Amino acid sequence: MEKPLTQHVRPDGLALDLRAYETVGGYQGLRKALRTDPREIQQAVKDSNLRGRGGAGFPTGMKWSFVPMGADAPRPKYLICNADEMEPGTFKDRLLLEATPHQLIEGMSIAAWAIQAEVAYIFLRGEYVESARRLERALAEAYEARYLGKNIFGSGHHLEMYLHTSAGRYMCGEETGLLNALEGKRANPRTKPPFPQVSGLFGKPSIVQNVETLCCLPHIVNNGAEWFKKIGLTGDGGTKLYGASGKVKRPGLWELPMGTTVRELLEEHAGGMREGVRFRGLLPGGASTDFLTEEHLDVAMDFTALQKVGSRMGTGTMIVLDDQTCPVGMVWNLEKFFAQESCGWCTPCWSGLNWTERTLRALEQGQGREEDLEKLAYQSWFNAPGNTFCALAPGAVEPLQSALKYFREDFERHIREKRCPWK
Amino acid sequence: MATVYIDGRPYSADPAQNMLSTSLTLGFNLPYFCWHPAMGSVGACRQCAVKQFRDENDTRGKLVMACMTPAAEGTRIAIHDSDAVKFRAGVIEGLMLNHPHDCPVCDEGGECHLQDMTVMTGHDYRRYPYEKRTFRNQYLGPLVNQEMNRCIQCYRCVRFYREYAGGRDFNSFVLRNLVFFGRHKDGVLENEFSGNLVEVCPTGVFTDATLKQHYTRKWDLQFAPSICTHCGLGCNTSPGERYGMLRRMVNRYNGEVNGYFLCDRGRYGYEFVNSPQRIRQAVVRREGIAQPVSRKEALQAARELLAGKQNVIGIGSPRASLEANFALRTLVGREHFFAGMADDEYRVLVKMISILRATPARAPSLREIELCDAVLLLGEDPTNYAPRLALALRQSVRQQPFAVTDRLKIPRWLDHAVRETVQEEKGPLFIASPQATRLDDIAAQTFRGAPADIARLGFAVARALDQSAPATSMSGEAVTLATQIAQALRKAERPLVVAGGGLNSEAVVEAAANVARALHAAGKDARLSFTVPECNSMGVAMMGAAPLSGAAQAVKGADAVVVLENDVERRLPQTAAHKFFEQTSHLVALDCLANATSQRADLVLPAGSFAESDGTLVSSEGRAQRFFQVFAPEGEVQESWRWLRDLGALCGREEMAGWQELDDVIVALSNAVPELAGIVNAAPFSGLRLAGEKVPREPHRYSGRTAMHANISVSEPKPAEDPDSPLSFSMEGYPEQPPAPLIPFFWSPGWNSIQSTNFYQKEIAGPLRGGDPGARLIEPAASGSDGYFTRVPEAFALREAELLVVPAYHIFGSDEQSLQSPPVAELAPKPYVAVNPEDAARQALRPESLAEVKLADSSYRVQVRIRPDVPRGVAALLVGVPPVVGVRLPAWGTLQPVEVPEGGPERAA
Repeated sequence: MEKPLTQHVRPDGLALDLRAYETVGGYQGLRKALRTDPREIQQAVKDSNLRGRGGAGFPTGMKWSFVPMGADAPRPKYLICNADEMEPGTFKDRLLLEATPHQLIEGMSIAAWAIQAEVAYIFLRGEYVESARRLERALAEAYEARYLGKNIFGSGHHLEMYLHTSAGRYMCGEETGLLNALEGKRANPRTKPPFPQVSGLFGKPSIVQNVETLCCLPHIVNNGAEWFKKIGLTGDGGTKLYGASGKVKRPGLWELPMGTTVRELLEEHAGGMREGVRFRGLLPGGASTDFLTEEHLDVAMDFTALQKVGSRMGTGTMIVLDDQTCPVGMVWNLEKFFAQESCGWCTPCWSGLNWTERTLRALEQGQGREEDLEKLAYQSWFNAPGNTFCALAPGAVEPLQSALKYFREDFERHIREKRCPWK
Repeated sequence: MATVYIDGRPYSADPAQNMLSTSLTLGFNLPYFCWHPAMGSVGACRQCAVKQFRDENDTRGKLVMACMTPAAEGTRIAIHDSDAVKFRAGVIEGLMLNHPHDCPVCDEGGECHLQDMTVMTGHDYRRYPYEKRTFRNQYLGPLVNQEMNRCIQCYRCVRFYREYAGGRDFNSFVLRNLVFFGRHKDGVLENEFSGNLVEVCPTGVFTDATLKQHYTRKWDLQFAPSICTHCGLGCNTSPGERYGMLRRMVNRYNGEVNGYFLCDRGRYGYEFVNSPQRIRQAVVRREGIAQPVSRKEALQAARELLAGKQNVIGIGSPRASLEANFALRTLVGREHFFAGMADDEYRVLVKMISILRATPARAPSLREIELCDAVLLLGEDPTNYAPRLALALRQSVRQQPFAVTDRLKIPRWLDHAVRETVQEEKGPLFIASPQATRLDDIAAQTFRGAPADIARLGFAVARALDQSAPATSMSGEAVTLATQIAQALRKAERPLVVAGGGLNSEAVVEAAANVARALHAAGKDARLSFTVPECNSMGVAMMGAAPLSGAAQAVKGADAVVVLENDVERRLPQTAAHKFFEQTSHLVALDCLANATSQRADLVLPAGSFAESDGTLVSSEGRAQRFFQVFAPEGEVQESWRWLRDLGALCGREEMAGWQELDDVIVALSNAVPELAGIVNAAPFSGLRLAGEKVPREPHRYSGRTAMHANISVSEPKPAEDPDSPLSFSMEGYPEQPPAPLIPFFWSPGWNSIQSTNFYQKEIAGPLRGGDPGARLIEPAASGSDGYFTRVPEAFALREAELLVVPAYHIFGSDEQSLQSPPVAELAPKPYVAVNPEDAARQALRPESLAEVKLADSSYRVQVRIRPDVPRGVAALLVGVPPVVGVRLPAWGTLQPVEVPEGGPERAA
């Protein structure tokens, strides 16, 4: 089975340094790319059906196609890696950052070449201190080997790459919030249009891409778009780092073909539920996705199939709910996070998420009232996509609205019994 | 034009606009908060949600924000869609979660945009049972009060303060539902336009701290269309009165002049009208004893002083109306009428006017200045001298960068997207001044020099633009700068030169004229803007008067001197003023506030302040504007022109005796002074009636009329008559929108706040219906009859023991009347002189110490400020704050440190 992203991850947990990375074929992709016309690289990425692995799943090649190219394009253009992994339940980028930092650097360089960007930033979650250390070392190695800086591999292409560690806040993981944070401003999001490809970092054309997405690029360049496309089981190309947390036998991460089913992940790789607990549901892609239940286990974990059953793949790291854990408490925990992370820009989010958290708190503490479920349903409607300024609040209400759908009886018990039945 | 569909019907729309401003223009009641007509859309509050449909077949649609949706051809929205209605009510519900039930005790109540929008969306029942978040409030100074619990997080305040007005000491803190708008720590807000927060804030977070001292609900105030009298720009205001006391001043929209904003001097300088220093009774002074007298006795005393006398001289005033000045001139005769300002100031004014008449460049309005895309500022410090101009210049540097965002098809109203793309790019603004200015942060280049060097720079720029302009002997850096400036001006579409009376320098003014002429010769659509010291400097100079030095001479032989709304001590240097008073045999003074002149006068007549008078002022743009009484003068107080009319009558001036109402004076004036004939167009005549009715000064909900004076007399008194205007001192009258020059306050059904201004405009942020008030009196000459000015001054040369003292100004303090308003006085700096560190060292001046500034005819003891931005050989002396008044600058002088004896200054005596 192809595992391009993780095949060379060291079992002892240390990072692959530059020499070790090159020994296993590292930087061959970049060398090849620099000998290829950027437009051909863009086309290959398009043909590969690579989609963004940050959560939104936007086709990467199409995203790049909006970047103005040619001598008249504004300069400098920016290539930014979104390494602000803060989606609750998600830990896949951390593996790549700590184990294969050079794979990321190479991927970023290829992307920068494809869009003719001269400056790149890694926007790293501040709490990932180990990743920061390893990235700094890898960047130093790359500069020393002249793989970064001026005239890389004699191609005439320059690329400065900087590591920026975030001061905190989930909002910085939102593409435009990230751009504002990187500029030293408050991490409020920006409206789109204009898109970052037109007016991005410092008002210049920019592409923001997830760690995992960028790590795919050396392999696409080395092995071709067809190869990448064919790995996927359902049409979306490549592999995916899937994960699971919760009371499963083997929580962890696995690189598998895109489109692997939920059941296979849950039962085969995560080993199924632990002794003494039974499966009730799961959030397929981190906190801001809708619950799936028993009936959905045979759905493919890709960008399209999950949407059809009313959820999203998101980051592909599942949070599993067992029957010994209170769903209301779980949702309350998630909404506490989202309410806390609301940037405070748009009314439905900063007012509604707070209200949602308070209501769930009351329910969990046995003070819920009849009308609370109606209020929670209202907030789900109120914070729908388009009603808010960015996707934080719509994501926040996904677990809420699906919990109300699938676990309504549990909510009603809290109200009727004036307590949490799981305590 | 584009066709858009709203609730199923087609409308014509401007595709450059968004659907919110389009809907408001069409008269739809679409609620909003964060959008502002001057600041565009940011999409934060989500209040203006509407349902958008792809086409006529789309029955589902989706919710969008109208403020973020372009009014493109075929755009289809529904305001009355049930989802949109439910959503908008939900937004109010969200805002109300934390909002305190303060309405009864909140200053904003009655003109609160949040109240209006709450009613408009129909939200009522409270479903949120949990605690509200609260804040500790900050002290932000004497002008703006903060009550953060009321905040709805619309971000208007921080956008105005930082993005529009360039302020730095105010920001948003924290996040989620805890966002706090304020300073990093308690302290006086530094920005000179901070008072606009009270109008920009849609709730009661930021309110007028002075209004709070004598609070009245908006509906209980009596208003009138008025003009700010604290500088020469003529911003339109709407003062509010109750019980004979001025309560507050708010902005009155004039699309060409002040737009939506006032400066803090204009907003907070009004309290002098309520000052205990008001002259409310006539006073006769015999043998040094002042005796209050009745109007009858005063006129009797006046008769004794003036009737039958041939040689009475009159001193006019640049802060009095045209009508009052003209009345004085008619009383004393043209040859005896003197400009109530220092000679050099008058000379510079006359020069500016003659330039504006001869130049092909246009004198731009403030609105036009905002649209200029390259600016050369010669010698002026607008922030402290003509503050609203500084705010306009801040917008002008946004013009050139619009080229980038226009090309990227980012609509100009999509404010944050524009600012994000533009980043720090600015259009060219070049500032030449004798010290740092508060606009330096947006300047492409700054040049420091004495007035002569500033003038030389201007002359060099003209020469760089047109070789037929006179040459200067400048070299080196200055010439490089002049070339750079010339290039920037030449590349622009609407280049602007700004100069004025600040430095009292004819040379600087002539240099500015040369630059404008050279630009015109280069085929550019140039603008030339002059600032003037006071609210009617322009009007008095256009009317014409003899220079004040003539009065100083004529005083000895004069029978009497009549001083109109002026203080001789502020117009002549110390010794000359002293001599003037000594040589005056009989002095009659008309004024509203006691001053040195009134305290020496044999007869003092209580003149109405601007709030108790009507009249016409001419702004620096040459715009004649009419201000109307807010409330009828009480007791013995009377408009100046009426006093002078009374004096004229008892002196046998037949034509004056016939002046019954203001229009009589206006007609006489426009006949006598052809240059001012256009003032009749500033406002309708007093006889105008709308549907047979007068225009009410009071909102229709004005309360208490019957009971107000019941403690004095239980019978309800008749409302005062107003023969001078179509306005009434009543809430009764024409209920619809009056003509623009007669708008006393803005209100529209369901819109009790200042947002109602939207419905008085033909298009949002455009002119008021019927045109913005005011009549321009000076238009550019077709080709320009004069040539270039050729008197290029010599380069500034240092002197051994002397410094050239130049005037410095401060927004708080340099204006006479506003300084009598307590918050302005609190914020005014103590008199100071700023010198370069090298000069300070040479004169042994230490910072925070005192210095004696000695000029030919006066000397002052002021604080020393050591400032590296002041050029060598120059000293900048703050003028306007007593005792530094009446001083004629620039002038050479010496600075000596003042020894403070041990034990402190008190021991010296």
